[in-house]
Amino acid sequence: MNVEAIAMFLLFVATTLVITRWAAQRTRTASDFYAAGGGITGFQNGLAIAGDFMSAASFLGISGLVFASGFDGLIYSVGWLVGWPIVLFLIAERLRNLGRFTFADVAAFRLQATPIRTLSAVGTLAVVALYLIAQMVGAGKLIELLFGLPYLYAEIVVGVLMVTYVATGGMVATTWVQIIKACLLLGGASFMALAVLMHFGFSFEAMFRSATEAHPDGISIMGPGKLVTDPISAISLGLALMFGTAGLPHILMRFFTVKDAKAARKSVFYATGFIGYFYILTFIIGFGAITLLMNDPAYFKAADGGLYDKIGGMIGGTNMAAIHLSKAVGGSLFLGFISAVAFATILAVVAGLTLAGASAVSHDLYASVFAKGRASEQTEIRISKVSALVIGVVAILLGYVFENQNVAFMVGLAFAVAASCNFPVLAMSIFWSGTTTRGAVVGGFLGLASAIGMVVLSPAVWVKTFGFPQALFPYDSPALFSMTLAFLGIYVVSKLDRSASADAERAAFAAQFVRSETGIGAGAASAH
Amino acid sequence: MAADTGALIERVSRDPEFRDLERRRSRFAWTLTLIMVVIYFGFVLTVAFAPAILARPLVEGGVTTLGIPLGIGVILTAFVLTGLYVRRANTDFDATTERIIERLK
Repeated sequence: MNVEAIAMFLLFVATTLVITRWAAQRTRTASDFYAAGGGITGFQNGLAIAGDFMSAASFLGISGLVFASGFDGLIYSVGWLVGWPIVLFLIAERLRNLGRFTFADVAAFRLQATPIRTLSAVGTLAVVALYLIAQMVGAGKLIELLFGLPYLYAEIVVGVLMVTYVATGGMVATTWVQIIKACLLLGGASFMALAVLMHFGFSFEAMFRSATEAHPDGISIMGPGKLVTDPISAISLGLALMFGTAGLPHILMRFFTVKDAKAARKSVFYATGFIGYFYILTFIIGFGAITLLMNDPAYFKAADGGLYDKIGGMIGGTNMAAIHLSKAVGGSLFLGFISAVAFATILAVVAGLTLAGASAVSHDLYASVFAKGRASEQTEIRISKVSALVIGVVAILLGYVFENQNVAFMVGLAFAVAASCNFPVLAMSIFWSGTTTRGAVVGGFLGLASAIGMVVLSPAVWVKTFGFPQALFPYDSPALFSMTLAFLGIYVVSKLDRSASADAERAAFAAQFVRSETGIGAGAASAH
Repeated sequence: MAADTGALIERVSRDPEFRDLERRRSRFAWTLTLIMVVIYFGFVLTVAFAPAILARPLVEGGVTTLGIPLGIGVILTAFVLTGLYVRRANTDFDATTERIIERLK
């Protein structure tokens, strides 16, 4: 029972609930609910994007990976960051100029609403479900470990809080939860990294030397290890991370919360800075954990003769490296703080995902596909709130069902789906005049189905989860193949599309292009 | 209102200064994209094909390897590239866009 952690977590929950109440009073229109009325500044949005992206999995997972294998953790961090410039150069401002609430607004700008929004909603819900399962399972285990709360109760606490934020406070509450969480996480991680560096007189060389002396793998932790095995997997994973970021629905949604294209660009600049800084901190934290924890048996399960496994024997697994380090550098009070921050981190990320999923159901499926645009704004918001509730219940159930399953591949698959379905459809509809509805739908579904199919047949699922002796698809990441299929599918089917509507869609590109580049008409659309 | 916007969009799409702006903007954005792709995949392919290069110590007898500054360097480059893009887009490109819209209104 960690009293400090529980007290600090309750303080966080109380603060965010007060904010949610305040946000609920300001949330009247659909624009308030989905996009915080467009009133978030570039800097605030940059922090909120960073909050959405820096999950507990990346904080604990990457510092744990650095702890276990050193340099490999850096290879991973780099991959998580390089998608941001792509989001800025190709997507952010055009999204702001063409859309209102979801990325499907952009893809459906000149293409037919019903098929395109159905595809985008499926793509969104697939990404949200995969990401959410991974977060919920991680959350339950972490909270069980840190707070002593039984797994199912932890799932319920997370589910209830995320639905409360989203359903009552909409995007305004979700944004401020992200901002507070980002500040807490960056502050806590900065303190830990600073404490580690201070220990070594701010000499990286001294820290690395001490780490190579403490780590059983010695000097080899300073170079690439086992993370990258073959070039195809490396390229494929790299593509998923780089272009998947530009297809994550909860991230894309954040660009509608700012006033204009200028602010959308600034938000990516700040977000890239915060996230990059955060990854450098996790690298220092991981090395700090090697030097300060590995020689202290208190953090490991005891084995015969006073010996212990310096990696696999860590109490709670290597993902707990950052948590244990917080105790080593700041005592039990700071351990409580970091535990509470980890909990807050999970809450913020699942809230962002829930809002993205609920918006896809209410704005894309309900308002556009079923009601054909005839639904009132208030009904649409109500549907969104109900969807958030349903997503919350489903998330708790899935979290419960998947408790003892291997979910490590799910975040990677979420990125692969985002890179193979959402990103190609979005990019081709923005940049290529020849894209038609038929092409986008065929290519998008091809990307989605092939990404999921290849992962099911891959070693991570076919062998490790289903227990078959031989994987039918040899690589763990499908993006190289599924992205290619999606782009090819969109191109070839659009080229072959001879329908009358296809000609109209191609002809509508010129006007869409002017708006996507200049924002003419964009302000009017978001003020509806 | 809608008709006005439609007519303005029509005039902008045929405007030579707009076309010139779009050429410059798209060249800039795609060049930066290419730089990021080349740097990142250069790093990943070095990891895959020539890991020994990254595991080489920076100085004789030291433990800090070349891979550390290179990896951190990719992160910093990503940040710097976004800064370059935002600076040019929020000044040069936006000012030109506003000028074109003012002139054609």
